[in-house]
Amino acid sequence: MRAEFTVNGAKRLLDVNPNETLLQVLRNGGFTEVKSGCQEGECGACLVLLEGKPVNSCQVLAMSVGEKRITTVKGIGSLHAPHILQKTFARMGADQCGFCSPGMVVAAYSLLKKNPKPTREEIASALDGNLCRCTGYVKIVDAVARAAEELAKEGGEPHV
Amino acid sequence: MSKYVNTSVEKVDGLALVTGEEYYTNDFTFDGMLHISVLHSPYPYAVIEEIDDSGAKAMEGVVEVLSFKNVREILYTTAGQGYPEPSPYDTVLFGKVMRFVGDNVCAVAAETKEIADLALKKIKVRYKQLKPLLDFEASEGSPTIVHDKDGSFPKIPVFHDPAKNIAAKVEADIGQFDNALEHSEHRLDHTFYVPYASHCAMEPHGAVSYLDRRGRLVISSTTQVPFHVRRIVSAVAEIPVSKIRVIKPRIGGGFGGKQEVLLEPIVALVTWRTKRPAKLVYSRKEVFVSTRTRHQYRTRFRAGFNRDGSIEALHLDALENSGAYGSHALTVLANAGSKTLPLLNKIPNLRFTGKGVYTNLPVGGAYRGYGATESYFGYGQVIDMICEETHNDIVEYYKKWSIKSGETSPIFRALGEGKEGVAMNVTSTSLNECLDLGARLSGWYEKRKQHAHSAASDERFRRGIGMAALMQGSAIPEIDMASAYMKMNDDGSFNLLVGATDLGTGSDTVLAQIASEVLDTPVEKIIVTSSDTDHTPFDKGAYASSTTYLSGHAVKKCAEEIKRQILVVGADILELPVGELEIEDGRVVKKNPGRNEEVPAVSLAEICQSSLYQKRQAQIQATASHVSPKSPPPFAAHFVEVEVDTATGVIKLLNYVATVDCGTPINPTLAEGQAQGAIVNGISYALFEDYHFSPQGILLNDTFGKYGMLTACDIPPITVKLVASYEESGPFGAKSVSEININGALPAIANAFHHATGKRLFRAPFTPEYVLSVLEGKKERRSPR
Repeated sequence: MRAEFTVNGAKRLLDVNPNETLLQVLRNGGFTEVKSGCQEGECGACLVLLEGKPVNSCQVLAMSVGEKRITTVKGIGSLHAPHILQKTFARMGADQCGFCSPGMVVAAYSLLKKNPKPTREEIASALDGNLCRCTGYVKIVDAVARAAEELAKEGGEPHV
Repeated sequence: MSKYVNTSVEKVDGLALVTGEEYYTNDFTFDGMLHISVLHSPYPYAVIEEIDDSGAKAMEGVVEVLSFKNVREILYTTAGQGYPEPSPYDTVLFGKVMRFVGDNVCAVAAETKEIADLALKKIKVRYKQLKPLLDFEASEGSPTIVHDKDGSFPKIPVFHDPAKNIAAKVEADIGQFDNALEHSEHRLDHTFYVPYASHCAMEPHGAVSYLDRRGRLVISSTTQVPFHVRRIVSAVAEIPVSKIRVIKPRIGGGFGGKQEVLLEPIVALVTWRTKRPAKLVYSRKEVFVSTRTRHQYRTRFRAGFNRDGSIEALHLDALENSGAYGSHALTVLANAGSKTLPLLNKIPNLRFTGKGVYTNLPVGGAYRGYGATESYFGYGQVIDMICEETHNDIVEYYKKWSIKSGETSPIFRALGEGKEGVAMNVTSTSLNECLDLGARLSGWYEKRKQHAHSAASDERFRRGIGMAALMQGSAIPEIDMASAYMKMNDDGSFNLLVGATDLGTGSDTVLAQIASEVLDTPVEKIIVTSSDTDHTPFDKGAYASSTTYLSGHAVKKCAEEIKRQILVVGADILELPVGELEIEDGRVVKKNPGRNEEVPAVSLAEICQSSLYQKRQAQIQATASHVSPKSPPPFAAHFVEVEVDTATGVIKLLNYVATVDCGTPINPTLAEGQAQGAIVNGISYALFEDYHFSPQGILLNDTFGKYGMLTACDIPPITVKLVASYEESGPFGAKSVSEININGALPAIANAFHHATGKRLFRAPFTPEYVLSVLEGKKERRSPR
């Protein structure tokens, strides 16, 4: 069956079975930027925003989402119009294999929306649900801290 | 003065990665694609008497079932290594004998993944269970023989004795060990254990395949070794190499775990037989159990030394749990000696003995550090013990006794990878600078004094500081080859085609930087295509800390030939001798022009246009290959300060400092990232990573949650400083950096623990339970857990 979902601001009809997770439905619908690392809610690679709140999409039944707004990493910024977070991630080496990056960016974005001037501890705490084996997290926390500074300089709130 | 190397340029794929644009294996979907699920053995050791797949085949949507009934049992090794591989040929894709819980029984291809999973439940397998061998220390000569007359054999002339469960044996003997030990003033003899571990790359293993419009098989997979995949799939699936194309798209981390050819032959067979696209992606649990792991090790060190601390004799005896198959058994074992013993190269009497033994447990394989991590745990503590007993400061000790530029170690020749090694002199090292800087940044001398009385105190929280010095290698000398191809485009840009495999390490970027440096052209003008067996030249793949050093050298040679051709065309246009020209900022210019002379110059775009369309028409293009005559070691010094809670047994890391000599860091930010990632992986391996098995050989902690991973909240302050040296044999002075830094946490933390408590940790991981047992002075339990 098909159902309507609001993804990154656009309404989309996606194939869905009643027992499928939001992760499966999004990926089958072409939103491959949402990564599948464990399907057990433990790695954070599939993190998306649901009505602005971060959720592991592998832990959400797609049919339960209804009309709630879904935001993937591409809804935060794109290759041609990257968000400051994405620019700092790329510039500062916070991305190695990049598999955790979409989830990391979503988690960081969600943090900066609530708390535009986080401490390093607050950044680490916001990324606590996102695993990364490549970076040792050092450059990821650095990049989020830098993005927060740059956003503050611009006087802008993170936007969607 | 370099412009494009030793510069932290942004990764060429950086923005595409962080915006989710890049495709990984599992992101590819094709019309009519079949989904594959694999049935794994529930028993550690069993013979399949019968597989009844009729129930599965009768299900709507099931298209193909693969098992020994319809797939020829061809012996091979899953290790993606140079050919002929030094790992024994002891594995078949689908066999009748199940050798560990997680071994392949059969595979089902169906219209959906759901149907494939359901079909697995309809397959009836009758097993005859055999008594399993689950203790690697009891393996050699056990009545349970893991590979009992199964025809397994070594592809190269090396020791392999499956009747005694020996997968690999490596030995080296230098000087007169026994005699020297006997006549030493002091002696020590200690045994250390390190456990299994999973690579935990965030992306699970996967492969997808289809037939192209001319009927050739195309495989995209999560591989570190696309060319080895092509060769091995050809052999195992019985498809000619000419009919196979292997592509590595983006890959979500490897760390050695994807240097194995596991899933590709399965998708290949399904597609080849059904003519339909097919995909197989492992679940996280399957990655933990059925792919590859770090080998469990026991290392025993015996040393004889003098009152001044000089070591007369050192024997490292290593016992490796190869698991059910011998993938990388021999080479990891050899590296357990060859990457540690040369560090203190003035020991006159050295012995290395090692065996890799089969068990009915998950299979070891390549894992960042590759044997060095396993043996540095004991090596680094033994040096600390000797320093303590002889009242030497360990930092000064390493400065005095470690291998220096211009020096060699007999181990380099004695321990190769399946054959004799390669004698070489170390020609670059900044280890002494690393030691000094690390000592300064960590407050080594102050903290050694400050915590000097921790061990004797009865405080609950006790602090200590410890350190370890390390080395690794850069590529496998005189075995592995890398190559590159470049061509020039109308606008002065270049295509750089390399077989090299970027796992997220940033090698596409590093290789582009090397070409940029030669051609004095911005990185944006170097268009990198990598890891496609149809379109890029051969590269052995990403392993052995080799891509920057080896593939980078091939790129440098290739770019130099391109430069030569450019200067010839430039000379023609400018009517000047080639020798008077240089490339500068994307133009060919006259070197050292006169003071008032207008500098004769022609742009690279004009040069390419001329050669494509106008004069002496030819494509400016080149290819180059490189094999290294040596494997120059990178060096590092790691310092860690800990606080031990003697009530709970928790070791808290207060500060971690690593100073690293990787030669010239081609991209310092990426090099630091390699070090930081390896350090954190090393810390979690030291503190808690482990495989816990049931008495039936079933892995119990097969999820991230149960296995445990450090998160951003858990990491201590980590300082990484690169201390450059210049390696003449490397591109622009580069050596390697990817593996070495995983080796430091085990010995450095154990030494810091000793400083804090006066006790030694002989077994990793340092769980609170184990730490408490050590603090309470309980007797060691015997392995395995």
